[in-house]
Amino acid sequence: MHWLNEFCTWLDATSLSQAIQTAAWVTPTVQTIHILAVAVVVVSALMIDLRLVGVFAANQPLKRVSARFLPLVWWPMLVLLATGAIMIIGEPARALKSPIFQLKMALLVGAIAITGIQQWLIRRDMSWGDLASGSRRVASLVAIPSIALWTGIIFAGRWIAYW
Amino acid sequence: MWFDRLLTWLQETSIAMAIAESNIVFPWIESVHVLAIVLVVGTISIVDLRLIGVASLERPVNALMREILPYTWGAFAVAATTGGLLFCSNAMTYGHNFFFLGKMALLVLAGFNMAIFHVFSARDMHRWSADRRLPLTAKAAGAVSLGLWISVVAFGRWIGFTLQ
Repeated sequence: MHWLNEFCTWLDATSLSQAIQTAAWVTPTVQTIHILAVAVVVVSALMIDLRLVGVFAANQPLKRVSARFLPLVWWPMLVLLATGAIMIIGEPARALKSPIFQLKMALLVGAIAITGIQQWLIRRDMSWGDLASGSRRVASLVAIPSIALWTGIIFAGRWIAYW
Repeated sequence: MWFDRLLTWLQETSIAMAIAESNIVFPWIESVHVLAIVLVVGTISIVDLRLIGVASLERPVNALMREILPYTWGAFAVAATTGGLLFCSNAMTYGHNFFFLGKMALLVLAGFNMAIFHVFSARDMHRWSADRRLPLTAKAAGAVSLGLWISVVAFGRWIGFTLQ
């Protein structure tokens, strides 16, 4: 893709990119913040997923579990976006031209979509997902792909360095 | 020196050589290691934030710990196993890396912090478990734990940038 090459070359030459490349402490610091934010997002999503499956906090209403953890899936994504952008600006070609990075972004779109579906289902019917009445099947149907997608995102994130 | 002899021996075990010689085994183990650390840090911070008094205040501490900590321990076992394999594959280099040794020291401190919490402040936990505001010793244990685990992640990330 010609335009992507040109864009990477242009971004690489910007003074911001040069500044990130020159200051050795920036990349590890930003990566540390990125991983910590990943921990918050993924574990929060996992808590909701495990509650949907009925493994975690089964004695608590789903709406309480989602009120506690759903904001922690959404808001730290802004931190991920910011730190991710800094990493891309610092090394544009390594990220943007990597098929693993592109896969990671596709998985992220999937994870965001399924989290949105979960939120919609929970808001639509507050008693949905209560273990006594609700159906386990639909809950598991939105929970298990979510776990798989977030796991894939973490794996892809690590593999960008190798592919 | 016995430490260097141990590192050399580890590095020459057949499993260490197999990891070092393959192009894909190391990143696969590393990916599992990152996933496990994400789970350890993410789950333990839920307990830490409850102890400090920031979140999950409606849940009794002992119930929350029963729910969360089995995941933390399971993930920690995976992180330690995969971490051990990664270490063996290049033991001499890691064994002399400041950030690797610092990370191990931080893990020991996290272990001490947890032991002190369980021996001293958690003894009468049944009395304050459901309180929203916890005794100072419990708050301190949560804050120290959170700080140590954030540092573990930072030191771990710096290892990759300081290998000789």
